[in-house]
Amino acid sequence: MAYSYYPGCSLHSTGIAYDKSIRATFKALGEELKELDDWNCCGATAYMSVKETVACVISARNLALAERTGLDLVAPCSACFTVLNKTRSFVRELPAFRRNVEQCLQEAGLRCRFETRVRHPLDVLMNDIGFSRIAQGKVRDLAGLRVACYYGCQIVRPERAVLEDPEVPMALDDLVACLGATPVDYPPKVRCCGGMLVATFEEVARRLCDELITRARDDDADCIVTTCPMCHANLELLQLRNKTNGRAAAPMPILYFTQLVGLALGCSEEEVGLNHNLFPLRYELSPVGEVRHEE
Amino acid sequence: MPVATKLDALPSEPGVFDKDEAALREAFLAEVDRIPGGERLRRCIQCGTCTGSCPVSYAMDLMPREVMALFRAGDIESILRSRTIWVCASCYQCTTRCPSKIRVTDLLYALKRVAVDRRIFPRKFPVYVLSEAFVDQVKKYGRNHEMGLLRDYFLKTGPMRLLGRMGMAWALWRKGRLAWRPRRIRGLQELRRMIARAEEFDRPPETEPPARLTAEVGYRAIG
Repeated sequence: MAYSYYPGCSLHSTGIAYDKSIRATFKALGEELKELDDWNCCGATAYMSVKETVACVISARNLALAERTGLDLVAPCSACFTVLNKTRSFVRELPAFRRNVEQCLQEAGLRCRFETRVRHPLDVLMNDIGFSRIAQGKVRDLAGLRVACYYGCQIVRPERAVLEDPEVPMALDDLVACLGATPVDYPPKVRCCGGMLVATFEEVARRLCDELITRARDDDADCIVTTCPMCHANLELLQLRNKTNGRAAAPMPILYFTQLVGLALGCSEEEVGLNHNLFPLRYELSPVGEVRHEE
Repeated sequence: MPVATKLDALPSEPGVFDKDEAALREAFLAEVDRIPGGERLRRCIQCGTCTGSCPVSYAMDLMPREVMALFRAGDIESILRSRTIWVCASCYQCTTRCPSKIRVTDLLYALKRVAVDRRIFPRKFPVYVLSEAFVDQVKKYGRNHEMGLLRDYFLKTGPMRLLGRMGMAWALWRKGRLAWRPRRIRGLQELRRMIARAEEFDRPPETEPPARLTAEVGYRAIG
């Protein structure tokens, strides 16, 4: 199947590993990702703080461009996923607002029915491809790798990427398990990392991320996997100062979930962008080809 | 934590507001109309689930529950002067759990927009600068150039803080994650036309010049 692909601004810079790993993973699964031509910034949380119609309009331009492709739009960044879906919901629920947004789209000669689905890659992997197909495609063993599955906020609320309990989702845990790794018990799996607070109130983001890292250590996790480039950046960058503060604990590696999936499917470390992560995975990756299919 | 509010100075008749409060309420309620389900705000039962769920409530001066209560008590101005709306991380935990299904997070966004339009901010609070720098990036390139955004933000709110972030910048650069050059989209002119049209819809209801200007921009650690 083919999908339109909306990387978002992060995936072309700090989140480059997410971009590489999602492309590698989809390629390994035989699915096509076509980057949406001339996409613009979704507006993230910042634009909504300043202007509401403008925020929805710039987001709507992407929806209009995606509609032309006729394909579902895959948005890996949780913030982009939320904003694009929120725009779609607002427009569909408020007819007067919809008319305003449509008038603005006409300035660019664009029209949109707002029916194109905006999906998170986790949803595609779970519902279109299916975890069992991924498990069968495994060519590298991840047995013994203990993984803390961190969903973060914006793939479970307010818009749900997969239809699951937003308080205790299990989709990512199930995916990690089918890769042969061990998802550890991770209670703060949907607790906020602080998001943009890392720039505005770093001490608050630090406190939130410290707890996330400590709880992962409590269960002897070898790494934390995330679904969002903001969470990934926060969890990594806010551990940097910890080193200089002289704390004894070794830094916790933070990975994108697509990096693990890609590795299991036989992609190389470069293909999934492992070299971009700040803290290397302290787990010996077995060579491709040696895998015991369980169950 | 005691917070300065206008409650003691409110007139004794319910529904009577001074001119500033009335103008701010009108602006806020116009925003509430443009949030699906925004009017559920009036169903708040003051249960405190929002405050209890909020991961950053410890750093707020007014709790989310108090924000709802203060608005209904006739003191939106104190909300706009508090740091609460700016500390909100937009995690939506409150919205997910509210038993009255109030869209707390989206209402806080609406309050932010009113504050930005009227230039009412707490002292030494740079958050709106980040949002406005973000808007600049989008208008200039169509995409958000992270380096440009953070450079502009830190230069305006305290260049010394930029120096403190050099370690992070260096770590990212070492790992090939800093994009130095911004990318301009091809449809930038159309995007700008769309934005200009949309801004007409977002003009605040009153055309009177803002009553207060906050010139102080800086930083004070809060957490």
